[in-house]
Amino acid sequence: MTDVTASPAPGLRKAENLGQYMVPLTIVAAVTIFLLRDRLPSLNTYPDAAIIPFKDWVGAVMSWMKVNLTWFTRSLAAMMDVPLRFAFNLLAKGFKLGNGPEATMLPRLSWLGVVGVMGWLGYIYGGWRLALLCGGGFFALALFGVWNNAMLTLALIVICVPFCVITGLLVGIWSYRSPRFDGWLITPALDLMQTIPTFAYLIPMLLLYGASPVSALLATGLFATPPMVRATLLGLNKVPSEIKDFADMAGCTRRQKLWRVLIPSAKPSLMIGVNQVIMLALNMVIISSMIGAGGLGYDVLLALRALKIGQAMEAGLAIVIIAIVLDRLSQAIAHRQPAIAIAEGTWARHGNLIIAVGLLALTTIFALFIPALATFPKSLTLTTAPWWKAGVDWLTLHMFDAIEAVRVFVLLYFLNPMRAGFESLPWLGVLLVVVALGWRLGGWRLALLVGLLGFFAAASGLWVPAMQTLYLAGAATLVACIIGIPLGIWASRSDRVQSVVMPIIDTLQTIPMFCIIIPVVMLFRVGDVTALIATVAFAIVPAVRYTNHGLRQVPSHLVEAGQVAGCTRWQLFRHVQLPVAMPEIMLGINQTILLALSMIIICAMVGTRDLGQEIFKALAKADSGRGIVAGLVIAFIGIIADRLITAWVNKRKMRGGLT
Amino acid sequence: MNMTTPGAASPRPVKLSCHNLWKVFGPNAEQFLASHGGKVTTADLERAHLVGAVRNASIEVREGETFIIMGLSGSGKSTLVRCLSRLIEPTAGELTVDGQDLLKATEAELIDIRRHKMGMVFQHFALLPHLNVLDNVAFPLLIQGVDRKTREERAMQMIELVSLKGRERRFPAELSGGQQQRVGIARSLAVEPEIWFLDEPFSALDPLIRREMQAELIRLQNVLKKTIVFITHDFDEAIRLADRIAIMKDGAIIQIGKPEEVVSNPATDYVAKFTQDVNRARVLSAAGIMLPASPGASCLRRVKAVAKIESFAAEIVESATPFAVEDAAGVIIGEVTPRDVINVLTGKGRGAEA
Ligand SMILES: Nc1ncnc2c1ncn2[C@@H]1O[C@H](COP(=O)(O)OP(=O)(O)O)[C@@H](O)[C@H]1O
Ligand SMILES: [Mg+2]
Repeated sequence: MTDVTASPAPGLRKAENLGQYMVPLTIVAAVTIFLLRDRLPSLNTYPDAAIIPFKDWVGAVMSWMKVNLTWFTRSLAAMMDVPLRFAFNLLAKGFKLGNGPEATMLPRLSWLGVVGVMGWLGYIYGGWRLALLCGGGFFALALFGVWNNAMLTLALIVICVPFCVITGLLVGIWSYRSPRFDGWLITPALDLMQTIPTFAYLIPMLLLYGASPVSALLATGLFATPPMVRATLLGLNKVPSEIKDFADMAGCTRRQKLWRVLIPSAKPSLMIGVNQVIMLALNMVIISSMIGAGGLGYDVLLALRALKIGQAMEAGLAIVIIAIVLDRLSQAIAHRQPAIAIAEGTWARHGNLIIAVGLLALTTIFALFIPALATFPKSLTLTTAPWWKAGVDWLTLHMFDAIEAVRVFVLLYFLNPMRAGFESLPWLGVLLVVVALGWRLGGWRLALLVGLLGFFAAASGLWVPAMQTLYLAGAATLVACIIGIPLGIWASRSDRVQSVVMPIIDTLQTIPMFCIIIPVVMLFRVGDVTALIATVAFAIVPAVRYTNHGLRQVPSHLVEAGQVAGCTRWQLFRHVQLPVAMPEIMLGINQTILLALSMIIICAMVGTRDLGQEIFKALAKADSGRGIVAGLVIAFIGIIADRLITAWVNKRKMRGGLT
Repeated sequence: MNMTTPGAASPRPVKLSCHNLWKVFGPNAEQFLASHGGKVTTADLERAHLVGAVRNASIEVREGETFIIMGLSGSGKSTLVRCLSRLIEPTAGELTVDGQDLLKATEAELIDIRRHKMGMVFQHFALLPHLNVLDNVAFPLLIQGVDRKTREERAMQMIELVSLKGRERRFPAELSGGQQQRVGIARSLAVEPEIWFLDEPFSALDPLIRREMQAELIRLQNVLKKTIVFITHDFDEAIRLADRIAIMKDGAIIQIGKPEEVVSNPATDYVAKFTQDVNRARVLSAAGIMLPASPGASCLRRVKAVAKIESFAAEIVESATPFAVEDAAGVIIGEVTPRDVINVLTGKGRGAEA
């Protein structure tokens, strides 16, 4: 290298040098603060006197809303109640006409009809295999005797999803049209909404609407809408600029351009959004059983509280069945190619709909005369609960020592030391390091953002629980990466491995968070080890997926260039594939962290001591201030991690010219 | 299309024109231009972190003319054509269509002009993925509120015109690139536009298909006689199709002229480089290399002034005598010598010396 090429202006160079030492310097400062903890206690433990009463403020705002916005909340509740009740009656309860003794009952939809329609939908969109999956899955719900509760859950989803999709679409369109509105309001709001843990959504709903299906519906709606907004925004932005130009050249009005050109062109992205909405809604509907959603989630909750493993497992399995069926079906609909020959006439256009409605109507009418069609005969139902119980009993009898040994080992040599370490982290030291990292990776704006968010955690007086959450989430992320990244690497190097690993990963991803806990609790009972294992099982998915994807996406000409240069397989991996795939792998780790954070909170149900427990208690006492602030702290931890990693990835990509 | 009208004396009316048109991308571009009063250098722009995509461009496109804008990638062709259709708002300058100031048109007027007067073909086809061929072609009519029967009839005519009959129920993804662009062409013609913009319509196609589509375009234009603004980065394509060519470099137009003028008289070295490998005999006409007729000379044969050298080269070289050149009215206006023709064929002398 000649002198000429690498000599930036002296001022620049100085700043660059300073930047290089910034992070190590703050680490030294943090260690110093820790070592001097006896002399500088208030720099290690956030002083009680300086706690800012965010809790009280939020609590006051919520109380004010409760008092002054009743008219609004009431009318909203009344409005939502109508379709919800209708769906409940249609799918589960049957309609009651009139009052008292003369009341006549109109029946609910026959289970056979619903199973048939699911099978038919599966057949239209995915052929026999999907038909078997959908029809068979729903038949299993009847067979296992959980039909009633399953339909209650389904009713909530059926009402919630269209609501979320339409809202998400409209907000997405709005923010597409005005980028400023998007940049200042929507994107930050979405970031926050997607990192606030699920439990925290329940609290304000509980406060405003009490424990009722409407609360559950609203909490679910809030939780499940953001991905639709994002999908809409992404889809609209991804429409090729030539197509947008075409719309203008054809003389479309604004409305025509949007509804006839942009939205149809963005349909693939939109359908991915719909799929995500469905899965999140299911996830949340289950969790919302804590505030009166009813249905399968409530079964799980009751069974878990009473430690009736068999029942919990049975209900959990039913949820998983619904999840898989809905996921596969909505994906099939999303990926469907437009039909080649479109025949004319009503039958051709609406034939499928006519068949479906006919099927439902016929079976339901027959059900009036044949009770077995109205309610699946009790004598034919199977219950799996005793099997699960027997299995667990057998395990506890024969494997107790082994399982217990694992549990104690992990607790003593991994979790407990890590916990102690995190609990004693000095708040100011951590904050300094975080700010320095932010500055180094993304300039002063990022530094300011992460600094403020971190300070909120300290100043709210929740520093110690926050560190406890960070410890569990960190431990889970670590384990998930240690297992998941090698698994992803392995899958990327062999199609056979990929064809085994990826379906498992896909299925794991569809299982609602609530249900993953059940089998783990069976084996490891309550405590941090259970939380760790359940979180790893949930959060490992993106680590595997992104690693596999990133490595497989390394351009083949780079690999060939490496081969021509005479790299060994290891050199090729170490010097070509891994560095190129690194940004993608980091995005996977980022996702893993976010999933771990959200799962850790759910694990408060199995007795962790951290922010999750804080929210859980607040939920029990309907203490909105406490719950919401704890929820925000978790969201902020997630946002800090997300922003730092994203900044790193962008920097890395820019340097590699891989934008 | 080389259909230079014989009656060149009475030029056709101007259909579309722009004067001193600027498009500068970047913040506060308008103030920047205003403060520099139209005298902007590349360095000025760079210092202000602006991109001068179109700089001071003036063109006049006449009715029924095929006007080609040629330039390398990034030279601002797409931006210019998007300014002409006001898909992009020009930063400064004038823009008229049929004498009407297009920059003053309201949104509603603009929609109306685009619906009835303009059609556009895109480099990457820009077909709507969710509609089949028939519906794609009928789309511009659909949004005008034309009833189903009429628009499908009209669309079918267009589909036949571009030889895609029998494929009208296919979806874009099921067609080859050439076929997709035929759909794009049919769609842009469905509303019978007067001005037809084509932004590198054949650049995404294989060379063989590209030639086929060029021939197709010539055939269509012979029937339709639209006012065409055609963008390309391929000089051969420009020569083949153009009535006139504008050559762009770094946002500025550096030469406008008939293919013949550009080839025989390149304005700059930059233009000359493009013309180097062109087959001159196919571009230059008799008028381009003729000398004043020598008095009393008896010429064996007469050729038209607009005849390309290629068309009589073999004969004149064989006969070894000059040919007389006559204009459209049959009046002799000069002569061409075999020597000059040989010079053109071998790339020496007149027309090649530039
Ligand atoms: N929206 C835009 N913002 C900033 N620069 C642009 C934009 N569109 C085009 N440019 C720049 O203007 C120049 C001309 O682009 P373009 O008209 O697309 O060229 P061409 O079509 O000749 O390849 C290029 O340098 C391009 O980078
Ligand atoms: Mg272009």
